[in-house]
Amino acid sequence: MVERTPFLNFFTHVILFVGFVLCIAPFAVVAIAASHNLKDVNDVPMSLLPGSDFWLNIKTAWTTADLGPKLLNSFIMAAGVAAGKVIISALTAFSIVYFRYPGRTFIFWLIFVTLMLPLEVRIVPTYAVVANVLSPYQAILDVTGLSWLIEKVSGVQVSLSLGLLNSYSGLILPLIATATGTFLYRQFFLTVPDELTEAARMDGAGALRFFVDILLPLSRNNMAALGTIMFLWAWNQYLWPLLITTDQSHATAVTELKQLIPNVGGIPEWNIAMAGTLIVMLPPLIVVVLMQRWFVRGLIATEK
Amino acid sequence: MEKRVTFGSWTIGILFAVPQLLLIFTFFYWPAGQAVYWSLTLQQPWGGGNIWVGLDNFRSILSNADYWNSITASLVFAGISTGLAMFVGLVLAALTDRQLTGSRFYRVVLIWPYGIAAPALAMAFRFILAPEAGFMAVVNQVWPGFWDPGLDGTDAMASIIIAFSWKYVGYNFIFFLAAFQAIPRSLIEAAAMDGSGVIRRFWDIQFPLITPTIFFLLVINITESFQDSFGIVDIMTSGGPANATNLMVYKIYSDGFKGLDYSGAAAQSIILMVLIVVLTIFQFRFIERRVHYR
Repeated sequence: MVERTPFLNFFTHVILFVGFVLCIAPFAVVAIAASHNLKDVNDVPMSLLPGSDFWLNIKTAWTTADLGPKLLNSFIMAAGVAAGKVIISALTAFSIVYFRYPGRTFIFWLIFVTLMLPLEVRIVPTYAVVANVLSPYQAILDVTGLSWLIEKVSGVQVSLSLGLLNSYSGLILPLIATATGTFLYRQFFLTVPDELTEAARMDGAGALRFFVDILLPLSRNNMAALGTIMFLWAWNQYLWPLLITTDQSHATAVTELKQLIPNVGGIPEWNIAMAGTLIVMLPPLIVVVLMQRWFVRGLIATEK
Repeated sequence: MEKRVTFGSWTIGILFAVPQLLLIFTFFYWPAGQAVYWSLTLQQPWGGGNIWVGLDNFRSILSNADYWNSITASLVFAGISTGLAMFVGLVLAALTDRQLTGSRFYRVVLIWPYGIAAPALAMAFRFILAPEAGFMAVVNQVWPGFWDPGLDGTDAMASIIIAFSWKYVGYNFIFFLAAFQAIPRSLIEAAAMDGSGVIRRFWDIQFPLITPTIFFLLVINITESFQDSFGIVDIMTSGGPANATNLMVYKIYSDGFKGLDYSGAAAQSIILMVLIVVLTIFQFRFIERRVHYR
């Protein structure tokens, strides 16, 4: 430090330590409550010494909420969203940065606008679209008179229908349809030196070759950052999976948590509820701890 | 900024953008348009398509006391939780930036809460703040009836604010810390040479230099408080008691999917969309300022 400030240093340590305790306490309470039996967890005040029923509670929560398959679903959804984002955003950013076709600025703005409206605010119509993904195209055909034309010419009535409720694609695709990653890549591509492109072209590389062999390997850091952020974001989604998975087989772990809330007037099985909470919190927490560097970098770069 | 060297072929260029364009058309532009359409029409109960009603849906929403109650609750929630999360995040970041022993450790740990799903942390706080078990029960033993989020609207609002702020303190902390660390060390040292103390340096150098980050986070926190609150409300209070925590997104969900009032829910979505777009435009004005600073 620049000067000696013993009083202020002491004050700094105290405040930071309090902040640390407030930050960690909920995790600790969840873990301790998950280790108590039914009587101890409802004691007032609850003992802060861990009880002995930890594994039993974990097992009960696991079977009550059927967490095995649900965690797998969460994982598939989160990995799907992360992979989809990483790939599709790279393609789009490449198109926006490295080509000059008419309407490029328009496409840029089309994508840019999607940053403004998160899924949560347009949830009802998005649900309707996912119930039949082809409905927009059907409507376009109807309005332009094309379906009438097709029916006249070939005698086939056009009715496009493909429902994505209760499917992984229904969970994943709408979550990919935003611009978050595209801008991360765009910023990075703009810093790649032009000389590199020139050299590649001189050696006879086409657009695709340059993209796959030069640009993608260079953007590994971006991919890791974006992938981490998107994985966490998708894992933590709640409203969307809650809506479109009416069938238990595609429910995710986060939506399943609600089943563990003790009923008013029922047995207050907070130990089981906390064990379930612990299981659901753990995977994202592990990702944050292991991938901290990428996580922070991704957060600051995407400025989500 | 533009590239000097580009590739010639238009078709390949456009092809690269096609997957993204298809996705945003199907899952973004179409639904957004649909929301506008629904908000201006009314679905007939026995089928037979929608009839045009103009702005009637908006009129009926805006004359509904429940809706104004929901807007007020959302604004109270947004205001208090944003203020709390940003203030705590700022203080912790400023102190961590002093780089005393252990600051590395805080930098790592204080981010953890942001990784947790809103419903999961809501569950944790539902237990911690439960009136009959957990920790508020101790307070209730001393002052009976002091705390009951199940019956008292203010207590319920306080619970969801605590849960939300706990998560976003970590988020704000990261951004503030990054902003503080981007300030050249030499500036601080020069000011110290001139005899200004820590507090003085904070107000005259660091604080003005991070105002762009403050504006940025202000907008992000408010927007997130509209969206990310859904899981917290659903797990902790279900909008109750007596609609005290019936925030806007939660109301859209319950009107649209439980009440099956698509037109009303669509009109509410449009109002929320406008609100968020205005906030975002506001943010971009300040992003220009931030670039200017660098």
